[in-house]
Amino acid sequence: MSLQTMTYLVVGATFALYIGIAIWARAGSTSEFYVAGGGVPPVLNGMATGADWMSAASFISMAGLIANMGYGGGLFLMGWTGGYVLLAMLLAPYLRKFGKFTVPQFVGDRYYSKTASVVAVMCLLAASLTYIIGQMTGVGVAFSRFLGVSNSTGVFIGMGIVFMYAVFGGMKGITYTQVAQYCVLILAYTIPAIFISMQLTGNPLPQLGLGGGFVGTDMTLLGKLDQVVMDLGFPQYTTMTRISTLNMFVYTMSLMIGTAGLPHVIMRFFTVPKVKDARSSAGWALVFIAILYTTAPGVAAMARLNLHASVNTAVISGGDLFAESSSIKYDERPDWMKRWEVTGLLKFEDKNGDGRIQYYNGKNPPAAAVAAGWKGNELSVNRDIMVLANPEVANLPNWVIALVAAGGLAAALSTAAGLLLAISSAISHDLFKNIFMPDMSEKNELMTGKIAMACSIVVAGYLGLNPPDFAAGTVAIAFGLAASSIFPALMMGIFNKKMNKEGAMAGMCAGIGVTMFYVFAHKGIFFIKGTSFLGMFGGKANFCMGIEPNAFGAIGALVNFGTAYVVSKFTPACPDHITAMVENVRIPRGSKAVDGTH
Amino acid sequence: MDTSGEAYWKATLTLIAQVLAVWFFVSFGCGILFADALNSFSLGGYPLGFWFAQQGSMYVFVILIFVYKHLMGKLDEKFDVHEE
Repeated sequence: MSLQTMTYLVVGATFALYIGIAIWARAGSTSEFYVAGGGVPPVLNGMATGADWMSAASFISMAGLIANMGYGGGLFLMGWTGGYVLLAMLLAPYLRKFGKFTVPQFVGDRYYSKTASVVAVMCLLAASLTYIIGQMTGVGVAFSRFLGVSNSTGVFIGMGIVFMYAVFGGMKGITYTQVAQYCVLILAYTIPAIFISMQLTGNPLPQLGLGGGFVGTDMTLLGKLDQVVMDLGFPQYTTMTRISTLNMFVYTMSLMIGTAGLPHVIMRFFTVPKVKDARSSAGWALVFIAILYTTAPGVAAMARLNLHASVNTAVISGGDLFAESSSIKYDERPDWMKRWEVTGLLKFEDKNGDGRIQYYNGKNPPAAAVAAGWKGNELSVNRDIMVLANPEVANLPNWVIALVAAGGLAAALSTAAGLLLAISSAISHDLFKNIFMPDMSEKNELMTGKIAMACSIVVAGYLGLNPPDFAAGTVAIAFGLAASSIFPALMMGIFNKKMNKEGAMAGMCAGIGVTMFYVFAHKGIFFIKGTSFLGMFGGKANFCMGIEPNAFGAIGALVNFGTAYVVSKFTPACPDHITAMVENVRIPRGSKAVDGTH
Repeated sequence: MDTSGEAYWKATLTLIAQVLAVWFFVSFGCGILFADALNSFSLGGYPLGFWFAQQGSMYVFVILIFVYKHLMGKLDEKFDVHEE
């Protein structure tokens, strides 16, 4: 069977499965649409959270970025898992005890102010929309390859499918669908990783293979990779820091606290039956996430080595990398390169006119490359394609390649759906129903939610055509926005019973304001091309202590905490009934089922 | 909150602080700040600092949550604030 037929078949079968489950568990009331009736057991909830969490950024994009960043890529791994420790201890059990089902509801009640709730809705929208832009980038990559079309066409098709998918189900459908999606995506991620780890190291577990020996030599895999990339003029893989130690530190922190501030993840913990379950749900979610995240570094390093090996025969043979015959001829390039050239995400330019592909660091060319007449790097590979191309590069069987396509789509769709749900509930429930139109009917509320979803997809799709960064980079910005606004407000709401509404609102506005300002200065106002204003700061990127915009959320969070503290000292104290409520939230006893009616 | 409630909250905060100390040490400590120094040691074919950043810290995180959940459950019972 041809690869294309096989891909249609596998992707089609998994879609039929999700849609079948969604129909079977179709949501009826508004409360079911958002929280699945509060009866999902911790292990299944953990698995669904895993699917919800692991998006196109984790599945499609992350390992590709790590392959490029080496050791520095660890910031994604630590950042996107470490946040669960914070979530499990600082937020999940208390928000569950509180017993409402959206973040703005908590903020509105805890800070006894509808205005505070509106501020929270705005912050949530900013973070979620940015997140969906990243998903659209990933969906575009997956669809363009899967259907053999250009990247932009891929984004348009993805928009349509995500919309149908999200409007269809609601949370109840989604929880069970997401359990299925988790299974598809984790198999799709680990199976090729096991194959490749076997090929390169003889050890089936990528977690061990990455620390194992490179077959047929007495070198370790990482040692071999270090040697190859350094010979080609790239920085050493295992020690390459992301810009600076400070930047890496701040970036990791921003992703961690952003994890604990993202509405679609937090919402999951409102739906477990008990406070105790909220704690273990976070643990189970991390178990299921860690299966992919501990595999990713192996995928990254092996994909990098395979990519070099596929265009330079001396990588495996250990011969001279710069000998003329080592670089493969463009006319004899492997089929996977031809397939990815169609999408426009992989390009070859024959700079020295010898008809061969020279892939190396053209900005820091090694002396041997100059001597060999290499005139610059000739192959550009978009980092977001590495994971999807990986099984093709390694010559794995067609069904594995097809499975990876299905997994990538599952990852992107499940997260996009969860986020759209968070957006839709924020707009229809927290904004319209609770503030502007209290007597809106349930039917109109659902309709408003669906319109909000449609608008978000169009905006995100449009911006996804010219994304601010690679998929995982854009998603990192979304985490920064959540880190700088929502996390501090929630945490102070629980751990500082004297925090008042003035402090919390000032903190959120200052935190997200500073972060947005810094991000927009680099990436354009609302990510629109050509509107960046770095010129104001001497045109120097990362002008604040060398911290990149994607990492700035942690600084924003500091500003948030500081502002809130100072403002709360000079404004009226928090009323007694609120202090009493906070004290009540702190103890597990007396938790009630989630109250959706508000 | 009565006195036992205050004592419960104090015990909770202490536990959280202890878990956070480990959390910080493995990721920001071993994975970032001391990574260079730790790289002179190796674990299998991994330089140790690199291992903490790309493997080790994640294993520790998983263990930490379950340890926290277990100890927190005990605290709930001890101060008699657990759910019925």
